[in-house]
Amino acid sequence: MATSLHLSLAASAPASSLRSSSTFFGSSGVLARRSVLVGTSRRNVNLVVEAKIREIFMPALSSTMTEGKIVAWNKTEGEKLTKGESVVVVESDKADMDVETFYDGFLAKIVIGEGETAPVGAAIGLLAETEEEIAEAKSKGSEQKAPAAAKPSPVEEKVLHPPAPVATPPVAAVQVAPEPAAPEVYRSGRIVATPYAKKLAKQYNIDLATVAGSGPSGRIVAEDVEASAGKAPAPVAASVPSVAQPAAAAAPTPAAPVAPAAAPAPAPAGSVAFTSMQAGVARNMVDSMSVPVFRVGYTVTTDALDALYKKIKSKGVTMTALLAKACALALAKHPVVNACCKDGKSFIYNEDINIAVAVAMDGGLLTPVLKNADKVDIYSLSRSWKELVDKARAKQLSPAEYNSGTFVLSNLGMFGVDRFDAILPPGMGAIMAVGASVPTVVATGNGLFGAKNRMTVNVTADHRIIYGGDLAVFLQTFAAIIENPTELTM
Amino acid sequence: MEAIAVSRGLVGASRLQSFFADTSSSSSSSCVPALISYAGLKKNVCFSASKPACELGAVVAASRGAVVKGNRGLRVEAAATNGSPQSFDYDVVIIGAGVGGHGAALHAVERGLKTAIVEGDVVGGTCVNRGCVPSKALLAVSGRMRELHDEHHLKSLGIQVAAAEYDRQAVADHANNLATKIRGNLTNSMKALGVDILTGIGSVVAPQVVKYGRIGFADKTITACNIIIATGSVPFVPPGIEIDGKTVFTSDHALKLEWIPDWIAIVGSGYIGLEFSDVYTALGSEVTFIEALDGLMPGFDPEIGKLAQRILINPRKIDYHVGVLAKKITPAKDGKPVLIELVDTKTKEPKETLEVDAALIATGRAPFTKGLGLENVNVVTQRGFVPVDERMQVLDGEGNKVPNLYCIGDANGKMMLAHAASAQGISVIEQIAGRDNVLNHNSVPAACFTHPEISMVGLTEPQARALAEKEGFKVSVAKTSFKANTKALAENEGDGLAKMIYRPDTGEILGVHILGLHAADLIHEASNAIAMGNTIKDIKFAVHAHPTLSEVLDELFKSAHLEDHAVVSEKAAEPVAV
Repeated sequence: MATSLHLSLAASAPASSLRSSSTFFGSSGVLARRSVLVGTSRRNVNLVVEAKIREIFMPALSSTMTEGKIVAWNKTEGEKLTKGESVVVVESDKADMDVETFYDGFLAKIVIGEGETAPVGAAIGLLAETEEEIAEAKSKGSEQKAPAAAKPSPVEEKVLHPPAPVATPPVAAVQVAPEPAAPEVYRSGRIVATPYAKKLAKQYNIDLATVAGSGPSGRIVAEDVEASAGKAPAPVAASVPSVAQPAAAAAPTPAAPVAPAAAPAPAPAGSVAFTSMQAGVARNMVDSMSVPVFRVGYTVTTDALDALYKKIKSKGVTMTALLAKACALALAKHPVVNACCKDGKSFIYNEDINIAVAVAMDGGLLTPVLKNADKVDIYSLSRSWKELVDKARAKQLSPAEYNSGTFVLSNLGMFGVDRFDAILPPGMGAIMAVGASVPTVVATGNGLFGAKNRMTVNVTADHRIIYGGDLAVFLQTFAAIIENPTELTM
Repeated sequence: MEAIAVSRGLVGASRLQSFFADTSSSSSSSCVPALISYAGLKKNVCFSASKPACELGAVVAASRGAVVKGNRGLRVEAAATNGSPQSFDYDVVIIGAGVGGHGAALHAVERGLKTAIVEGDVVGGTCVNRGCVPSKALLAVSGRMRELHDEHHLKSLGIQVAAAEYDRQAVADHANNLATKIRGNLTNSMKALGVDILTGIGSVVAPQVVKYGRIGFADKTITACNIIIATGSVPFVPPGIEIDGKTVFTSDHALKLEWIPDWIAIVGSGYIGLEFSDVYTALGSEVTFIEALDGLMPGFDPEIGKLAQRILINPRKIDYHVGVLAKKITPAKDGKPVLIELVDTKTKEPKETLEVDAALIATGRAPFTKGLGLENVNVVTQRGFVPVDERMQVLDGEGNKVPNLYCIGDANGKMMLAHAASAQGISVIEQIAGRDNVLNHNSVPAACFTHPEISMVGLTEPQARALAEKEGFKVSVAKTSFKANTKALAENEGDGLAKMIYRPDTGEILGVHILGLHAADLIHEASNAIAMGNTIKDIKFAVHAHPTLSEVLDELFKSAHLEDHAVVSEKAAEPVAV
């Protein structure tokens, strides 16, 4: 059961300054989709006349969220809003959430359209208390629009392309359609596009006026939009020719497109905007440049670990859980490696040992957290790991489940990568990169050669708080645990 | 019990023809004089006794006697002489053999009434031939196509399927075969019970007298103690829309599935439009909705409508224009597509013109009551609907009850649903049999068979809140999600919501609305509870098998918060129709 996040509003009296907004967690609990109450704020504190127009701002859906993408507006401009109704669906870096209004009124203006992003706290729409104020709010919204987003809102688009017949470049574009013979008399400069073509144009951010239509009478169909976006057409439900021909075959229907045989997913072409998650990763990566890091590598023999894994694999234990457990036990003995530095002036020692594990997900990266990995037994740890991965796939991780890590583990061993080097995410003290365990010929202690499975781990750490010696002894402890893993199952 | 039916249309079996010859000859000679005295007699027999029905016992006995004496189809002779009940051909004659008439006929036989049913078209009416039944066949196909094309869904279940295709003609045949089969079932069930199916267009020529036969040649007259009008409805086509049956059509044509347009506009976003959008998008069409009101799916609980839009509209190849009327629709011709001129609903200002391959008109249904001869009994229809009281008894121009005349189903417009018509018919037969009965329409469920389905019973939240304000009680709302249901998750179909509107003080259920997997089958626990007068306190202790979808409702009932004094209803022990 998911929690429901309510944001209180910063709706202050006209003359007073902005009140700070507070966040709290409620538990309406009946709907698994998390719902959020939108905050609205009053910017124009000096203007008493505008008192009844509120801004709907981008809520902070998680502590790491700095911007959100509008998945869908559930309301249209001019529509009445009732307190508690879901107005907009926002995609944060981790999950999609319904955002509800805290006030009755009218959605006067959508400032940020579907598919666009806005920083947390930015106005994404305007809420008017009465119908009369909608127009006022709209004019106010237009002023705001320019700095808020680059793409014009639907309303302004209407202004740009009035329905009245006008001879503008779009017409020319339409008429280059492959069917110039089609009678055009009854169409006076309008753009005709099918519902799916319109949806795709919005998705790929393509102006339909620039698309040549190949459908009946020069209509723009989905394939045309896909072609101008450089995408391969998606398979459609096609009817196979049947014995009896349709009675209404006289209607202008092109041959039903045949679904292409299952082929590997086509490589995307051209510029594709980041998703919220990808944007979050990109931002964190740039931020990581401000931390002075260094790296220490260590090669560990894993024969004993492999044997243990083989033995308890049937009980649902995963290698990820074993490695996380080993890290946690080593961290317990070396608290400084579990620390972090946020202000550049002090150590922050974390009470708990929470191992965040990097997981590739839908073209992005998530870090579900195994909490108290030093204390929780290996079986429970494996179970929680499975749950976390499922939740991450369903985009249902709660903030506490992905941002409470104190140490990061990144494992590319399953791909055969023998060693790599991880970037330290901001706010963390150290990250461990784990390579594959490979059979290696080594000199054994008694002067003989032997084959042993060995893997290389490489730790990246913040040198403001963690020094070479710290990492060295931490890795020594870690290796000892891996090489004699009885402790892991205790 | 022997019974006779009058039917409209094709069912003119030779067995019946001999009967027709028989009765028509006899009615021309002996029956007509008798008619004159009916008016008076009816008063004596049926009303001076202030009973809702004729002297049943006598009539039934008489009809038994007639059956013993003669062959099927003989007139029921009077059992006694002066001042006693007059003979009628039938105890009940039902005009229209749709689902409503069929339900009434079957129940009439069960109550021992001699029954005839007049059908002018085909048995089964709209529901079986041009409505609910064939559309379910198409929706069964669309549901499977949807699943087979949802790669993500299949992959998550671990299934791999090559691209699924369909054969349009075979799909159309499936729908047609289903209708034929159900029509056969309906006809046989009536024949087996001895209901007489009489073919022809029926009309009321005088109180308790029905004339039927081919249009313009309605030459057969029968008398009936009670007449039930159940003539149903036809698709409503607003003015300005030209139907050609090929590129601009109604549900009647669409169900034949003669072709799959690439782009179809659906005018109206109620049940019919929504179901067809499910079919057409699953079969590869793109859909544009045109809705005159300000939002899609008017009539649904707003919260359900909003979620339905998120699940059934937004992710599909559908766009929509709301707050606009289709002022003029021109069918495709001379290489031009279908043209739809839109105007603003309120201001009537021209908006845009759409060009599509086809247009489906799903703007509702109009009653089919022309030519019923209602003027002969001083009844004035209202926008075509036959005015009735809460017991389905027809009201005349002055608002007085017309004795022995009832109207059920779409023709009275109270609730235009097949099963509501049938329920009204059963209620009328109960009254004719001497047991007062009023159907509680709030307990009649409704369903929309999209994927996933939508179902509802009772009031929507705004309706309940308005009523609460008027009558001064409190209203609470409980909700549960399909995401929390094990069976739904096993099917990977966690989308959905169940919502209950109830009185926290008494535990009375005011309305239940479900959107989710098999919602249409789930609603009956709630509709039965409303019909029986069960409160939440009663039913929250009922046990549901685990894991089943029914636990969605179990959880819904259990999540209701009742005030302390809410009592277990005493009615729970025995069913009470309210």
